[in-house]
Amino acid sequence: MDTKISGKVIVLGNNIDTDQIYPGRFLEITNAEEIGKRCLSGVSPEIAEKFQKGDIVVAGTNFGCGSSREHAAIAIINMGSSVVLADSFARIFFRNAINLGLPLITCKGISSKVKDGQLVELDIEAGELTVKETGEVLKTDKLGDYAMSILEAGGIKPLMREKMRKLKADQ
Amino acid sequence: MHAIEKILAKNSGRELVETGEIVMAKVDFAEINDLYLQTVYSFYEMDGEKVWDKDRAAFVFDHYAPAPTIASAQIHKEMREFAREQDLTYHFDVNAGVCHQVMPEAGLVYPGMILVATDSHTTTHGAFGALGTGVGATDMATILMTGELWFRVPEVIEVRIDGIPKHGVMPKDVVLLVLGKLKADGAVYKAIDFTGTYIEQLGVAGRMVICNMAVEMGAKTAYMQPNDEVLEYVSKRAVRPFEVVFTDDGYQYSETYHFEVTDLEPQVAAPSSVDNVFNLDDVEKVRIDQAFVGTCTGGRLEDIQAAADILRDKKIAKWVRLLVIPASTEVMQESIKKGYLQELMDAGATISTPGCGPCLSAHEGVIASGEVCVSTSNRNFPGRMGSTDSKIYLASPATVAASALTGYLTNPIERGDK
Repeated sequence: MDTKISGKVIVLGNNIDTDQIYPGRFLEITNAEEIGKRCLSGVSPEIAEKFQKGDIVVAGTNFGCGSSREHAAIAIINMGSSVVLADSFARIFFRNAINLGLPLITCKGISSKVKDGQLVELDIEAGELTVKETGEVLKTDKLGDYAMSILEAGGIKPLMREKMRKLKADQ
Repeated sequence: MHAIEKILAKNSGRELVETGEIVMAKVDFAEINDLYLQTVYSFYEMDGEKVWDKDRAAFVFDHYAPAPTIASAQIHKEMREFAREQDLTYHFDVNAGVCHQVMPEAGLVYPGMILVATDSHTTTHGAFGALGTGVGATDMATILMTGELWFRVPEVIEVRIDGIPKHGVMPKDVVLLVLGKLKADGAVYKAIDFTGTYIEQLGVAGRMVICNMAVEMGAKTAYMQPNDEVLEYVSKRAVRPFEVVFTDDGYQYSETYHFEVTDLEPQVAAPSSVDNVFNLDDVEKVRIDQAFVGTCTGGRLEDIQAAADILRDKKIAKWVRLLVIPASTEVMQESIKKGYLQELMDAGATISTPGCGPCLSAHEGVIASGEVCVSTSNRNFPGRMGSTDSKIYLASPATVAASALTGYLTNPIERGDK
C-alpha cells in the first residue's frame, strides 16, 4: 500500500449512505468494473463519469452509513479512488473497505476545508494532509495496528490465503 | 463488565476484555442473505474449502425472494449450489422470509450468543440478549473459513426509556424519538443498551423493532436484558442450550440518554434522513402514493394487527397502493389464521409473499419519480425504495394504515380527523 497519496478531491456532504454510494437496484451486478461505473450514482451519475483514476473522494461525517453491502467499497475502488478521506466513517463500511485494501482516513473538518478539484497530498504514516493551493496542513487520525496490518498485506484476502497455506503446511 | 463484554470475553477465551481492544471471537452462527454472492466468491478467492461448521452457517433468501430478474435467479442458484456442496444443515429459501425474523423463529438466536450476518440490521437480535452485528461479504467469508471474527470491544451507551405510551403509539415511534435525538452517527462503533421501565415490559416484537433501528444511529450492536417474554420465546425454540448474561452492578456506561415516553405522540422520519424526526402533527399535509407495512422493522404479527385494527371494514383512499408483506411465512400464516390479511385485502391492500419487498428497491413495489411512500421500514435515504426523486416517510404501522385510509400522512390516534 502507498502511504503517500496525492490527487484532486471530489467533495461530498454528511451522511452519504450506501444507497447513495451504490443504489440497491444495482446490487445483483457482480462484475467489479461494472460496479465501479455506478459508484455514487445515488448522489449523481456524473460523478463516476467524470472521475479520473487517482482522484480522491472526500466526505463529511458518517460516510458509508446504512447497509452492509460490500458493493459500496468495491464501487469506490473500481471507480479509481485509492483512499477516502472523511470527517468520520460508518462502521461496516470501514471494515469492508479495509478488508478490500482501501484505506479510509479520518480527518475531522476536512469536508469544509477543501473544495472540488483542489490537489491534496496525504501522508498516512505521518498523519498529515497538505492542501496544495493554500499550503494548509491538516492532521489525520492514525489507523489502528490491526487495520494497518490488513492494508499492508493488500487486504484480508492475501492474509487469509497465507493463513490457509500455513494451516495446511502444519497438517 | 457489560453483558456485551462478557459475551465477547467468553467467545474469545478471555476472563476480561477492555473497551477499545481488538479481540478474535468465535462466532456462534453466521448468516448470509441473498445480496451477498460475493461471500461465496471471496470464500474461494481466499482458498476456502470447507465451511468451519455446517451446523452454524446458513443462507436466507429474502431481498430477492422470489427472484424478480434473471441475474438474481442466478445469485440464488449459485448460493443453493454452495449450500448443497457444503452440506449446510440450515437453509432458508424463497419460502422463508426476512432473515431477522426467520432466524429467531428457527431457534437460531438465543441469549449470550454472537450472531454475525451480512446485513446491517443484525443489531435486531439484541432483543434476545444476543450480540448481533452486521458485516460485509468478505468479512463473512473469513468467518465461514475460520469460525472467528475480529471485534473492537465497543463503548456501551445506555438509552434508558421510561413510561408506557398511550394506545396508538408504537415501538417504532419510540425508536424514532431516540433516533431524532442521537442522530444518524450518535452511536458509531458503539453498542446501545436499551434499559428502563418501558423496555422491561416490552414484548419480543417491540424489542426487535427498537434494536433493529440501533444501526441507524451507527451502532455496532444493541442489547436488552431478556425479560420473561423473551425467555419464554427462546426456550420453546432454541436449538442449543444457552445462558443468560448479566451486566455487572455499577457498570459505567460511556454515555446515558434518558427518554420518558408516557406522553409521546406518533413520530415520523421525514425525507431523506433517518434522523429527520418530527411529531407527526408538526408535519405539513403530505399526500401519499404508497403505504407499506413490512420488513425486518415493521412486518411482524403485531404490526399487521395494528394495520388491520385501523382498516377493518374500511377502504383505503382511491389513489393509494397499500402493500402488506409479512416478515416471514410464520407471520403470514398467523395473520391468515387471525383474519388480518383477509381484512386488509378487503380494505384494498396488496399482499406479497414474505421477504424484504421494496424496502431497498429490489422488487415488489418500487416507487416512481415524484412519488411519496409512508413506510414501516427503516431507511428513507434518497432513492432507497426506487427513484432518487421519490420521497419516503418512516412511521409506525398504525400511522401507515391511518395514512392509507385518508391518502395523506395521518395521525392514527386522531383517525381521519386531520
